[in-house]
Amino acid sequence: MTTMTSPTFDPRLILLAPEDNCVIAATTLEAGTALAIDGETVVLATTIPLAHKLARRPLAVGEKVVRYGAPIGHVTASVARGEHLHMHNLVSDYLPTYTHDEGHSFVSHDKR
Amino acid sequence: MNELSSEPAPLRGYLRSDGRKGIRNVIAVAYLVECAHHVAREIVTRFGPRYDESDADAVAGDFDVANAHDEQPDVHLIGFPGCYPNAYAEKMLARIATHPNVGAVLFVSLGCESMNKHYLADLVRESGRPVEVLTIQETGGTRSTVMRGVDWVKRTRQALRAQGTVPMQLSELVVGTVCGGSDGTSGMTANPAVGRAFDALIERGATCVFEETGELVGCEYHMKSRAARPELGDAIVECVAKAARYYTIMGHGSFAVGNADGGLTTQEEKSRGAYAKSGASPIVGIVKPGDVPPTGGLYLLDVVPDGEPRFGFPNISDNAEIGELIACGCHLILFTTGRGSVVGSAVSPVIKVCANPDTYRKLSGDMDVDAGRILEGRGTLDELGSEVFDLTVDVANGARSKSEMLGHQEFILTYKAFEPVGPACLPIVPAAHAGGLQTERL
Repeated sequence: MTTMTSPTFDPRLILLAPEDNCVIAATTLEAGTALAIDGETVVLATTIPLAHKLARRPLAVGEKVVRYGAPIGHVTASVARGEHLHMHNLVSDYLPTYTHDEGHSFVSHDKR
Repeated sequence: MNELSSEPAPLRGYLRSDGRKGIRNVIAVAYLVECAHHVAREIVTRFGPRYDESDADAVAGDFDVANAHDEQPDVHLIGFPGCYPNAYAEKMLARIATHPNVGAVLFVSLGCESMNKHYLADLVRESGRPVEVLTIQETGGTRSTVMRGVDWVKRTRQALRAQGTVPMQLSELVVGTVCGGSDGTSGMTANPAVGRAFDALIERGATCVFEETGELVGCEYHMKSRAARPELGDAIVECVAKAARYYTIMGHGSFAVGNADGGLTTQEEKSRGAYAKSGASPIVGIVKPGDVPPTGGLYLLDVVPDGEPRFGFPNISDNAEIGELIACGCHLILFTTGRGSVVGSAVSPVIKVCANPDTYRKLSGDMDVDAGRILEGRGTLDELGSEVFDLTVDVANGARSKSEMLGHQEFILTYKAFEPVGPACLPIVPAAHAGGLQTERL
């Protein structure tokens, strides 16, 4: 794991490979926290839980997200620098991901 | 990795007739259909620690003595619930019943099931291990079968206690790895730490096995570049393509709700992180469940069934693939977890490498290694790799892992179908070295 220790990244963020366009929260980062990403200060709009991803730079709809130097899917909306990348805006190029949340659930609960 | 411990303490193992050596000497009680499960469990329970209801701290399975070699042989429950016949399930039971960690086997049959108990018992007998078959319908029902089973296990335990160990080289050790309860930390801490340990084990001639091609989606071309032979590289790519096709038909990838809660968003992201467990060594072969690797080095275990999906999801939970690694001869399992899996396994001990520092704090009684401390600057990958390697050697020498101490002996076996591995998958072994590790087909 290569942690970029240059002053352009807050130490609470992990950049796993130089070509990555996302960074990983090494600890839970509360909404409102100001952090340096590539030398630019970003204020988090939402809380990013430990081990979740943030965009390293703005991303356009359909752009591939790169982590560990490899594509891990593409974004379904335009994304700002520092924005949370997860189920609401990132989908796999292979197989859908399921959770218990409305619209993402594999087992549907019929309300009848 | 430069800072490895100098020559690890020599291992000792139980010598078996095929030349392999075990790091444990387990008596396996195997039910051959769900209908025989309760009877088999009643036999095994008689050999667990006694519950004292007044002792609030007692946990089923707490062992008093920390070293497996100093204790009486463990009695483990394994089995197959299905009544329909299945070549895979039969091969799995055959390989596990003759696993180097297994010293003796009691088969518990109802009497009408399809599993071939005579074939299995003959195999175990031919391997020189004590074996017994109890058929509930012939013995006279639950009570008499439990009594006879308990009596056989007691006598067999006495016989096995007399069995000593012989020196064992690291090059005779077979180590498997799985990840379970993965989250966004898994690929950054525990998985690469296991990769470092794998590299160190392989440098010393050990055999290491990684698996779960459904979680290597997107990694196939990188794996191809590590293949020891070009035709093996092509087989690896096809193996992962098979997994992608299979899971697409199933409509659900190898991905749990908790993985997403923990920060993983896509199958290929999870795969990238999981892949790190394999380290950097060349990949020398592909095996399928029940194939024993013929050489040292790194092997990929192909767990996805061949042909059209007939039996549903492959590996319905983590212990299914642990069972398959064990059937390939794995003496112990390095299990990485971010969310916090607490399982162990029957037959082969499980070492828990925890990827997430918060999880370690909450579940430290169940975790052997705190790899998550890398995220908090309290350790480096090299240090964690060394720690995993050293603990692997200690557990091989009889030290109990946390899940072993807590009595976790999970075992699950379901239905699958496989073709034999193709000719490109295994290294050609010169006749003089073939030894006792034939990849015999049932």
